Amino acid sequence: MELNLSREDAAFRDEVRTFIAENYPQEMRVPNPETDLTKEQSLLWHRILHKRGWIAPLWPREYGGPGWSVTQRFIFEQETSRAGTLPPLAFSVTMVGPVIYTFGNEVQKKKFLPRILAGEDWWCQGYSEPGSGSDLATVRTKAVRDGDHYIVNGHKTWTTLAQHADWIFCLVRTDPNAKPQSGISFLLIDMKSPGVTVRPIITIDGSHEVNDVFLEDVRVPVENLVGEENKGWTYAKFLLGNERTSMAGIGRSTRYITRLKQIVKAEIPADDPAHLEFLRDIARIELDVLALEATELRVVAQMARGIDPGPAASLFKIRGTEIFQDITELTHRAIGNYGLAIREHPVSANRFMPGPDYGHTASEKYLNARKLSIYGGSNEIQRNIIAKAVLGL
Amino acid sequence: MDIQFTEEQELLRSSVQRLLRDQYDFEARRKIAASEEGFSRKQWAAFAELGLLAAPFSEAAGGLGGGPLSTMIVMHEFGRHLVVEPFVETVVLAGGLIEHVGTPEQQQSFIPEIVDGSKVWTLAWTEKASRFDFANVTTRARREGSDYVLTGAKTMVIAAPWADYLIVSARTAGDDRDRGGVSLFVVDRRATGVDLQSFKTIDGRRAAEVSLRDARGQLLGAEGEGVAALEACRDRAIGALCAETVGAIGELNAATLDYSKTRKQFGTTIGSFQVLQHRMVDMFIAHQEALSLMQHLSLSLSAGDSALSRLASGAKSKIGYAGKFVADQAVQLHGGMGMTDELNVGHYFKRISSINIQFGDPAFHVLRYAQLDAAA
Repeated sequence: MELNLSREDAAFRDEVRTFIAENYPQEMRVPNPETDLTKEQSLLWHRILHKRGWIAPLWPREYGGPGWSVTQRFIFEQETSRAGTLPPLAFSVTMVGPVIYTFGNEVQKKKFLPRILAGEDWWCQGYSEPGSGSDLATVRTKAVRDGDHYIVNGHKTWTTLAQHADWIFCLVRTDPNAKPQSGISFLLIDMKSPGVTVRPIITIDGSHEVNDVFLEDVRVPVENLVGEENKGWTYAKFLLGNERTSMAGIGRSTRYITRLKQIVKAEIPADDPAHLEFLRDIARIELDVLALEATELRVVAQMARGIDPGPAASLFKIRGTEIFQDITELTHRAIGNYGLAIREHPVSANRFMPGPDYGHTASEKYLNARKLSIYGGSNEIQRNIIAKAVLGL
Repeated sequence: MDIQFTEEQELLRSSVQRLLRDQYDFEARRKIAASEEGFSRKQWAAFAELGLLAAPFSEAAGGLGGGPLSTMIVMHEFGRHLVVEPFVETVVLAGGLIEHVGTPEQQQSFIPEIVDGSKVWTLAWTEKASRFDFANVTTRARREGSDYVLTGAKTMVIAAPWADYLIVSARTAGDDRDRGGVSLFVVDRRATGVDLQSFKTIDGRRAAEVSLRDARGQLLGAEGEGVAALEACRDRAIGALCAETVGAIGELNAATLDYSKTRKQFGTTIGSFQVLQHRMVDMFIAHQEALSLMQHLSLSLSAGDSALSRLASGAKSKIGYAGKFVADQAVQLHGGMGMTDELNVGHYFKRISSINIQFGDPAFHVLRYAQLDAAA
């Protein structure tokens, strides 16, 4: 399905498509880019996009954005995701960058934004804590003012790729006596600071994506406070809005469905009754994708006319993640007995993995995808948002 | 219908419970699974000592005569503790086949070594293209003197790296997908011509791709009648795997309920949210239904009902879907913690996912259930 594109937009789409085809690094085409690439490898595409001026579609032109329209941004998102390129690190480009250029001061903008664009700094997100998952406003990590520093103590968790990070943006409590939402500040912390410890959390797929981050008497210069003290909740919510926009994942789902069809064709003979079952299940998922894509295009068209999409992001997050879970589950089923095997991490060429190549990541994807309905605001929370903000319940 | 355990059965259950409680908590299990061999010979010996490996065999075959109900009791407890040792493979699959289709000589030769824990067995029937079809066999066996020699490849053979003997399905007649002409053979895992490539499974066990090149095998059961023997074997295996699933479901429900009463968000326990209450009620109902069906199946297995195989498929499907639902929700309700390797919840999730593949997934078995009805 396509938007009705103007001649200019169609030309832009072709330009993006050609650029990806000609420039996406071959060495990033590994079985599972999320887990199989080194830090340097995963930054290759980031740097290519930066050179082209396309690294930060969302950003205003004055900070280094390309100055695209809503439609162009959508086309870019669609083309990169259809081509299966690894998205640039969201924590840097989509999350902390916009917070800094929207709420930060000039010094912070000058210091951080160019390094984010260039991929020189890798950012991670210090939001969740052991006691604060869905209920983020209860963060307990404390920042106490000491001269021109804050002394930070606390424990952040589920910190994605903190093992690579140069910086962490943190929600910290600066006023313990205020109501939960009003005592929070948004602090930028250098991961090299004394007192910062990263401990891996291994997930059920065997991969190391997330971490605990311990902060013990970490001295953070006051100049690393973004915006006003105790106003961090406002910035945090602004950032979460950005986090949830692109979770429909139409391009990714479409690619995985294409692969699933190939697997079913190869694994299940046409005269096996299960074949028809799979075709039916795949068709139902395709219709789910079609309906979500049509919804996304409708919202994009409305946004292009200046209409606020409201909590559409919650709808995209719910359906996008449910659809992708269904696809990974069906793929895992399609490979039959081979679904019993799983690649070992860290991935090593010496370790044996049975079965055809197309099945090698099916188990880990199936297991890893369970996180989708939990992270970024669980799907239960997203439903609460729609109930309240849309239905007025 | 609710099974009232006999004194003997109650004794079996309490002794398994005690053993696992004392020696097989989650940390012990983690160490066993991470060890080089991947299972514990010490535990295996303890199971033998306790009589677990003898429990289901008939007294004539050297067992304790507990039948499918004793398998159910053991496997339910094993499911609760995520036991990795190859009880199903050795006792239920291989032991069951030897007992049901083996010659008296084979029974006398093999079963005592299973019962005393000195030999581990497994069943190698899956092939690259077989999916869940016992008749889809390309491995060939030809007669050579009083023995046979086997050539072909078996895939995803669980517990093969641990096994002393494999029971291998191979074709002695017919075309690749013919029901007739498949025979079963006992193959020494260390015999010439048998090669293994080992790997880990999603549920922390070990399996192997097995290649056979002129490997010697001893016929087990009637030549050409292997598919029927495997089908009956699968019914017994389903009884065991369903009990294991139900044990896992019970633990997941208990852990989730407990977590929902202690985990606080938005100033209250998450168990006070109606949407999660209803979810946990559905998990409870799934457990009740699965438990009932498990008992129904085990009783039918004991009685040898004529419609047994259809019921086995029905149970594998229904209990498989129940397990999948509960496992999904247990992870979801535990939030990020449910995703971690550290917590046991994810490991139950993976074990249930693995059971749901073995001998056919729930979708395969609901279809078989329908087809057997249409054929009746």
